[in-house]
Amino acid sequence: MRRLFLVSVLLLAACGTADQPSTPAPGGSGATTKIKLQLQWFYQAQFGGYIAAVDQGFYKEQGLDVELLEGGVDIVPQTVLAQGKADYAVAWVPKALASREQGAGITDVGQIFARSGTYQVAWKDSGISSAADLKGKKVGNWGFGNEFELFAGMTKAGIDPGKDVTLVQQQFDMQALLKKEIDAAQAMSYNEYAQLLEAKNPATGKLYTADDFSIIDWKNEGSSMLQDAVWANTEKLSDPAYQQQTVKFLTATIKGWAFCRDNAEKCRDLVVAKGSKLGKSHQLWQMNEVNKLIWPAAGAGIGVIDEAAWKQTVDLSQTTKNQTGDTVLTKAPEGLAYTNDYINQAIEQAKAAGVDVTGSSFQPATVTLEEGGV
Amino acid sequence: MRRFLAVLAGLLAAALVWEGYKAVGNPEGTVVFGVRVLPRADDLSMPHLWTIAERLGAPELTGGRPVWQVVLEACLFTLGITAVGFVAGAVVGLVLAVAMQRFRIVERGLLPYVILSQTVPLVALAPLIAGWGGTIMPAWATVSVIAAYLAFFPVAVGMLRGLQSPASAGVELMRSYAAGWWRTLVKLRFPAALPYLFPALRLAGAAAVVGAVVGEISTGTRGGIGRLIIEYSREATSDPAKVYTAMLGAALLGLLVAAAVTLLEVPLMRHRRHVEVVTL
Repeated sequence: MRRLFLVSVLLLAACGTADQPSTPAPGGSGATTKIKLQLQWFYQAQFGGYIAAVDQGFYKEQGLDVELLEGGVDIVPQTVLAQGKADYAVAWVPKALASREQGAGITDVGQIFARSGTYQVAWKDSGISSAADLKGKKVGNWGFGNEFELFAGMTKAGIDPGKDVTLVQQQFDMQALLKKEIDAAQAMSYNEYAQLLEAKNPATGKLYTADDFSIIDWKNEGSSMLQDAVWANTEKLSDPAYQQQTVKFLTATIKGWAFCRDNAEKCRDLVVAKGSKLGKSHQLWQMNEVNKLIWPAAGAGIGVIDEAAWKQTVDLSQTTKNQTGDTVLTKAPEGLAYTNDYINQAIEQAKAAGVDVTGSSFQPATVTLEEGGV
Repeated sequence: MRRFLAVLAGLLAAALVWEGYKAVGNPEGTVVFGVRVLPRADDLSMPHLWTIAERLGAPELTGGRPVWQVVLEACLFTLGITAVGFVAGAVVGLVLAVAMQRFRIVERGLLPYVILSQTVPLVALAPLIAGWGGTIMPAWATVSVIAAYLAFFPVAVGMLRGLQSPASAGVELMRSYAAGWWRTLVKLRFPAALPYLFPALRLAGAAAVVGAVVGEISTGTRGGIGRLIIEYSREATSDPAKVYTAMLGAALLGLLVAAAVTLLEVPLMRHRRHVEVVTL
């Protein structure tokens, strides 16, 4: 048996060593720069633009060899970035700002998602349709900094999140809402909400439909915060080489997201090919919903940080108290928290290459979800 | 044969309890004074065993491989990680135990830290170790490190106890033979420690499995059963049986490791009679 263990050790060791030379190989010529991008979670259409930019060679065109690092339960992208274990990271703005306040030297260089995708979902017959209706209800939330839009929304509606509602820590799935253990559940438009629509209603034997649920969309309640953004290392941004690299990286990223806007199904296939365990119809739904958060891009184009939205995010982060009375931020962000310098250059370059950077004619598709999202 | 039947009976009993509870349990669960004392028995919380079996046979995704294949492959992947972690942890534990037995000062200085090491939450440790992936070691090896970190502890403590177990009569006898430390270790202390080593190894095996599964979950390392559990649990809303297939896989992994450790005893326990003589 000991020999068997030894064999498996050697076997694994062999796999390890065999893998290593093949990783830098795709770079080919010595001119490419190796770059690591830390994602927030497993491969899914939420990161479709980056996956497409790798697969379609957009990064390579810019002389970049980008490696995507998947997230995990205990992986905090902005921390990985601040520690120098990645060159760029994708993270939600409030959470990244909180890390920043604790000393992480990071800067938002591209606000890819212009809009928030967070919903609070309730049963239609529960009569909950706005934040004010949550009073006295059991309200599910994810915690860990993902709950602040909900708290801000409730505070705005005159509800004290610490006293007027029963807060329930939500799991990864939406079972608690389906079992009516909670009255309203937190959900991302592109993920958990779709899971509800992929579940079978035992009463009818058919899938639940959008008519069964009512949605509180924080965009309409004025408590939405900025989400997925590309963060760079602040200290390195003073280095002209890193500055140039950032522009190149953003240019290719813009191309990737434009590709996913125009080829949602192809992008879905790329994500599925990456080994995502979520099904095809679920990923197409996610791709479509994510596109809605990006396109059409107001102003100069995709990724430009809108001052008003930034201010709203920062203000809410400073004023909204969670159940323990803490705010996300104790003071306004200091130093270079965000900059549009690089994204503006990247937009110019993308435009020069014939990329539609605003997607003003974007029309979302209608995606039919199937049971289990397969 | 009797053993096999006993295992079968155990499985059958577990299945009966599951389905029996589903048959009589309240689908809404039992809540006493606002505290849930019994789980819900509805299909969303506890799918029928045949639904789970059916799910094992059905493709993971449209046109994909059946779930049982995916789960089995993930089990094998994690088994490899566990094996590496277990061996590394056992070796580290052995070395520490020998060092602590040899030098009293090491025991006094090190043992508190060995115990302290197990109170560090994995949540704090995992991101730190995950950062090593891709630089000084492949990503899967970081999970092995976590498994080893949990596995070394029972071996170090158990083995130390075992190495110290020979009666002073035995040690004095060795000394009268003019046997040095090394000789005493090999001829007396190691054989005497074997009965202590095997329970420690079993604990280490279980710890290595837990470490590997939890390590995969927290570092997001793909390919293993831990990752599969978390990926499938996201789909629990619409496909509750799928989560249980991954959990079955994890249970199978635990059994495999336990069996492997038991097999490890067979060749080494031939020394057992020696031990009894020496320690008398």
